[in-house]
Amino acid sequence: MNFDFSPEQEQFRDQLRRMLERADGRGQGRRILEKQAEHYSSSIWQGLAELGVQAAAIPEKHAGLGLGPLELCVAAEEIGRVLAPIPFLSSIGLCAEAIRLFGSAQQQSTWLPGLAAGSTIGTWGFAENNLTAGASETRLTSGRLFGTKVPVFDGMAAAVMLVVAKDERGAPVCALCDLTQPGVTRLPAETLDPTRPAALIRFEGAPAEALARGDDAAWQRLRQRAAVLLAFEQLGSAEAALEMARTYALDRSAFGRKIGSFQAIKHKLADMYVKIELARCHCYYGAWAISTDAPETPLAAAGARCSATDALDYAAQENIQIHGGIGVTWESDCQLFYRRARLNALMLGSRYEWQDRLIAALQRQ
Amino acid sequence: MDFDDSPEEAEFRAEVRAWLQQHAEPRKSGHAAQLDPQARLERAKRFLAAKGAQGYSAITWPKELGGLGGTEIQHLIFLQEQTQFDIDTLHGSDFFAVGLELCGGTIMRCGTEEQRRRFIAPLLRGEEIWCQLFSEPACGSDLAAVRTRAVRDGADWRVTGQKVWTTGGHYSDYGLALTRTDPAVPKHQGLTMFIIEMKQPGVEVRPIRQMSGEAEFNEVFLDNVRVLDSFRVGAVGGGWKVALTTLGQERSTAAALSFIDWQQLLALAQSTTMNGQPAIADGRIRERLAECWLNNFGVRLVSYRNQTALSHGAVPGPQESMAKLIITQQGQRSAITALDMLGTLGSLSGATLGEQWSQIEHAWYWSPAFRIAGGTDEILRNILAERVLGLPPETRVDREVPFNRLSA
Repeated sequence: MNFDFSPEQEQFRDQLRRMLERADGRGQGRRILEKQAEHYSSSIWQGLAELGVQAAAIPEKHAGLGLGPLELCVAAEEIGRVLAPIPFLSSIGLCAEAIRLFGSAQQQSTWLPGLAAGSTIGTWGFAENNLTAGASETRLTSGRLFGTKVPVFDGMAAAVMLVVAKDERGAPVCALCDLTQPGVTRLPAETLDPTRPAALIRFEGAPAEALARGDDAAWQRLRQRAAVLLAFEQLGSAEAALEMARTYALDRSAFGRKIGSFQAIKHKLADMYVKIELARCHCYYGAWAISTDAPETPLAAAGARCSATDALDYAAQENIQIHGGIGVTWESDCQLFYRRARLNALMLGSRYEWQDRLIAALQRQ
Repeated sequence: MDFDDSPEEAEFRAEVRAWLQQHAEPRKSGHAAQLDPQARLERAKRFLAAKGAQGYSAITWPKELGGLGGTEIQHLIFLQEQTQFDIDTLHGSDFFAVGLELCGGTIMRCGTEEQRRRFIAPLLRGEEIWCQLFSEPACGSDLAAVRTRAVRDGADWRVTGQKVWTTGGHYSDYGLALTRTDPAVPKHQGLTMFIIEMKQPGVEVRPIRQMSGEAEFNEVFLDNVRVLDSFRVGAVGGGWKVALTTLGQERSTAAALSFIDWQQLLALAQSTTMNGQPAIADGRIRERLAECWLNNFGVRLVSYRNQTALSHGAVPGPQESMAKLIITQQGQRSAITALDMLGTLGSLSGATLGEQWSQIEHAWYWSPAFRIAGGTDEILRNILAERVLGLPPETRVDREVPFNRLSA
């Protein structure tokens, strides 16, 4: 039994944590919120590239480090802890992983080296506007894409995109599209969390190529693996929200004593802790599943996703309440957690979808 | 990251599994109800005698005291394996749980060598049953406020007072009693722990009937009961430290309670019709089922994390309060969900609906009790907040004041 990361992986975590603390993730996020910076923090992205984060799971022959999903999980947790405004999930968790797992040799050698170095940013698009009547599905026809994807996270910064579309027969297909080509129109789409920006991307005959093995099963697998990484990000953010709330409760006095001595406050913090520790166990189970391609992966991924969403939603909400009035001000970092918590709960599909997947997986067992 | 046993662990697991297959019944519901209490007790004694002979009653305790001299991991492996068997109902581990999990450990850690030699071996062989004489009518969560008095009687002691919620008091041979020996000092300082012989004049045990109709708990009245000084556990005035030792164990073992497994709730959702369709098709039921799995399976994952930590040399800590907090609340929610699925029919009792529903009814009656026993939900949250997260204790008005000068 070793239901934990290895000493080497923990060492990797320590390095990342030191770098991310120095780089001030929350401060970088605030710059984007204040519109003093655009899209993402290039200094953090660069710093992570120097430590090999983007390259971690990419094979050595494509300029990667040839490590595995466990290193990505560790990185995701640390990135989440500082709310780093970077396209890690889009570029690595979805785009690079799709190409690594399901791309042709040609597709891999074209894109993976740049993604591994962090010099190319990738993204993905699944969601479409289902609020408008008559909205049509994105289609891949004779090597050309037609349709509109929104929101495409990190879509303004990305150079390459994994597009989940329908093929000529109406079957789901994962396609790769070079976003710098004609036939691609991008518009910024404001999100609830500007540190996780998005775009609306319209395809009007843009050239695109299906991944070699990019069928529906491939997309399901990718989404499960990405859900585990996102759950680790959520876990890290929830830990930091708890730490922020705890620090405030130890500092702030009311009625002649520290507010952390009141049971009303303690119990909120204890509940945060319990949700976080439960989420941690499910995240680790998810990490084990994707690192071994276990048959339990659909269940484990849904478990990680649901429990981490619950933990971060709760931690971000109650962090504000523990802070009182200051917690709802623009100046307070509480808003960074509150925004990120909600956005993370929605990207890749909300808890309702994942609860359904969880039950479907239980029924198949 | 892996769930594999080391070769030594795998060997021990195989050994334990073979032993359980030979001595225990497979897990299935509904057997216990058909046996009368005396027959259940006899059966439980026979099982524990066999278990004790093998050293499995106390895996981590030394061989010379009847244990196995094994590791914490071996203990955890045994607990994991025995979940496949009907230990709790058929073999009545409830008769011995208080002794094995609470009193025995307290004597191991805080007792004298003589006490260990006298009491541990009969406990492990199922020859003597123990109860815990802690809570009183006027104090439960505030345990340090106990009023049962112990006064000197020559070299020995006389104990007078009333205890309550005493699980198994009516069939116990010994009780571990927290008493007040000095009311003139602040409350935590004037306490002393004793072992009390339950079958002697002056000890009166009265069953308390619970809302389920069962009577597992008792009131225990102690009237000038004689206790030898050699039955004192820990120092005079050192009872609070001993009590904390007992309570720390209570929470680490309570995590084994699950009441209703997710498999059971899933099967119900698949076989029950709700609003004209299988209940499993209803989003609300799916949400509750997901929550049930996340909590019940999650607590198992917590135990894997603990196993890993133990194998790296960690010691069990206050974070173990977490599992009981999760599992007892989920047990109550699962029971209520199961009944809600049935709709109006759910208003019928298990006696009318059948065995499967008796178990759900049982969980519905008992889950609130276990949200209180061994530390209420609120006390557990305090422990997590103060001892894990390092928050300051609640401001207290009773800490420095002599016990006999406290109001109320």
